[in-house]
Amino acid sequence: MSKAIRIKKGLNINLVGAAEQITLQAVSSNVYAINLNDFHGITPKMLIKEGHEVKAGEPLFYNKNREDMLFVSPVSGELVEISRGARRRILTLKILADKEQQYHESKPIDLGKADGAEVRAALLKYGCWPFIKQRPYDVIANPDKTPKAIFISAYGTAPLAANPDYILQGKEQELQAAITALGKLTPGKVHVVVGKDSDSPFTAIEGVTLHKISGPHPAGLVGTQINRIDPINKGEIVWTLSPQDLIIIGEFLLTGRFNAQRTIALAGSCVKAPKYYTTKIGAEVSTFLYASGVKEEKFRLVNGDVLTGQKIKPDGHLGFYNNTVAAIPEGDDYEFFGWNKPVFNKISSTRALTFSWMNPKKKYDLDTNTNGEHRAFVVTGRYEEVFPLDIYPLQLLKACMVKDLEEMEQLGLYEVAPEDFALTEFICISKQPHQQIIREGLDLLHQEIG
Amino acid sequence: MGLKEKMHEIKLKYQGKKMAPAFNAFHTFLFTPNETTHSGGHIRAVDDLKRTMNTVILALLPCLLFGIFNAGYQHYSAVNGFPENFSLLEHFITWDNFWLGAITVLPLVIVSYGVGLLVEFIFAVIKGHEVEEGYLVTGMLVPLIVPVDTPLWMLAVAVVFGVVIGKEVFGGTGMNILNPALTIRAFLFFAYPTWMTGDKVWVHEGVQRAGTADAISGETILGYLAQGNSEAMYAKYDLSEMFFGFIPGSVGETSTFLILLGGLFLIFTKIASWRIMLSAVLGSLVMGLIFNAVIDFGWIPEYSKFYGLMQFAYWKHLIVGGLAFGIVYMATDPVTGSQTNRGKWFYGFFIGFISVMIRVFNPGYPEGVFLAILLMNVFAPTIDHYVVQGNVRKRLKRLKNATILPDTVDGATAELKAETV
Repeated sequence: MSKAIRIKKGLNINLVGAAEQITLQAVSSNVYAINLNDFHGITPKMLIKEGHEVKAGEPLFYNKNREDMLFVSPVSGELVEISRGARRRILTLKILADKEQQYHESKPIDLGKADGAEVRAALLKYGCWPFIKQRPYDVIANPDKTPKAIFISAYGTAPLAANPDYILQGKEQELQAAITALGKLTPGKVHVVVGKDSDSPFTAIEGVTLHKISGPHPAGLVGTQINRIDPINKGEIVWTLSPQDLIIIGEFLLTGRFNAQRTIALAGSCVKAPKYYTTKIGAEVSTFLYASGVKEEKFRLVNGDVLTGQKIKPDGHLGFYNNTVAAIPEGDDYEFFGWNKPVFNKISSTRALTFSWMNPKKKYDLDTNTNGEHRAFVVTGRYEEVFPLDIYPLQLLKACMVKDLEEMEQLGLYEVAPEDFALTEFICISKQPHQQIIREGLDLLHQEIG
Repeated sequence: MGLKEKMHEIKLKYQGKKMAPAFNAFHTFLFTPNETTHSGGHIRAVDDLKRTMNTVILALLPCLLFGIFNAGYQHYSAVNGFPENFSLLEHFITWDNFWLGAITVLPLVIVSYGVGLLVEFIFAVIKGHEVEEGYLVTGMLVPLIVPVDTPLWMLAVAVVFGVVIGKEVFGGTGMNILNPALTIRAFLFFAYPTWMTGDKVWVHEGVQRAGTADAISGETILGYLAQGNSEAMYAKYDLSEMFFGFIPGSVGETSTFLILLGGLFLIFTKIASWRIMLSAVLGSLVMGLIFNAVIDFGWIPEYSKFYGLMQFAYWKHLIVGGLAFGIVYMATDPVTGSQTNRGKWFYGFFIGFISVMIRVFNPGYPEGVFLAILLMNVFAPTIDHYVVQGNVRKRLKRLKNATILPDTVDGATAELKAETV
């Protein structure tokens, strides 16, 4: 049984350099890193000191506000560096990997017998909890709360992002285990959304409410899907997970091992041979980047897809939640009369002497130039065309900017995450930082209302 | 590319200095900046505010060109009499018309841009923000909505007033409540009414020649109607002249045909809101129909001073006066208009509706578009408020069925032998 959802508003950003569906094994990285910025709002407390040996799946630190929420090492090795920033805030942990990987073994969970409390305790203790995010606030889920439903989007529409159907192939067992376990954590449904014509392994999984979605980006974002299926009200909690993380959770449940292995897409116009790679969370990006080769010297490497990822250097490390690494040209150059001449090689949401509307299927090679300067909000009615949620985007952004808590609540800030505003940010004529505005709004609301 | 590197060097030299915004305004005029994304998404669409404003200016250029020719044409026709068997190339697009139009209209454009941009630059330097593009359109609109002989000093004073009081005191482009171009127009209208109304101001030299043997007059269509001279008006101008714009009026407002083309261009490019334009047209038609019906019922006697304008066929209101120009270029200003799609329908409708109402009932000056738009500018936030409240109410209604679950109370926190580092 599946339900069809059709998204009309939106915009597909077709970029050059999508990953070819061939998976290679990336050479193993010497050093793995955990970037603490991946865990928004978590204050870490270290459990081990520099120089200590850890096994894969052994805890490195815990959440200061929630002592049973442990964060584990993706590999076995020696914790070689804890780099700190201002006020001694921990930024990254680096682990020098052993040649022979050892796993921190635990007892597999008997999913037939285990109840919700048992599953929750195991996920918290063995490092799988951080994969579960919650809305409102788009942070790691609070284990004390019970979600009304769990949402998983197995449909990728973000530009250059990994194709979920492809990376989930052959993982039915793990997915089934993870879904069964998650089903015990909510009295509501576990919603899984797949593409309309997809051969997703989820179609054979039991215990899910399957939805089939079609339409342009952001149809693949879980926020869009929640808004269509079962929107969040004030006081309600939903949890969201990425399907590739279900594999890690599932494998842990079945074998008792935390295996940080993940298939990622390396994509972008600066990559010579964009492909999929099997690697591990925290691996150095250069271990697979140079295997595919890069075309230009000046490129930007993005941890995640180009709309929501973080900028990293080639010696940076794969993020905790990412299934995509993209390399696109850096656009730090001037363009003579770039603001009034006809444009054929860039994407536009208007037709103001821009011609991307004539050929919506064409693939573009966009760089990181902002194509204009930051301005106050001037134009209206444009965001609504790419924003399928039943929310007034401009008004919500303004409410966040003026820190009007009541209005933020009323206009539906509980329902969104920064990524939902990536597309409005992309087309924004005033070049406003929408995702940052929403992030700050969410943090403020979280802090004030909790 | 020597220029590019040179400009880049100067930019770095001026960075953080007081005059940086002034230099950057020129720099970004020549080159789109080398700025890259540093927060959120890593790519951006190509549209920026400069391109948006530029598109509106492109849509205005035909009106400006037509206005230049029409200024000459109206003057020579008033002096020598209107040509029999009018031919576009023979009587309208001529060097004489162009030359006279150019020396009367272009100074208006230069003063409007010069003074307005000077004020913008001064504010940008004082407040340390970039020079914003809003005035690029305002500066083009202003010369098109004033009579051709408006003294330049008056225009300069009005522009300073409009930019400072209409825009900068609110915080600049994007923050203003009233349309700056219309604020300038309203200032001129209320401060110097003799230069803005009557039958002398619409044709070049009309005011100088008044009272002499060579006196010329160029009454607007609405002027004739307001005085009840429908026959005289119809004798002088036919429908196609009204539609194509060979009639007296403010510089750029006369050619409904070109305004229509400009409007279609703006809708096609997705720069202006078709909702506002369409609903404003509907609003004016509805008001016109109401007035026509009042006449049909015989409630207004023929000697009433409202009779002339009230009996004017409802759809003709759109092709005379400034209504079409106001609807296409002024009502669609996104900053001062309604910001929600649903709100735009109401906003536009009332602009059309009230425009025709003021036009008929205004005893001194038979035109009301600019007043109607300014009035609706003030009400736009209210309209938006009610539209947004609809969304808020929907969310509150949904809240009644919310499934808020109790906290998990097992509290079985794993024992932790934390060795905090």
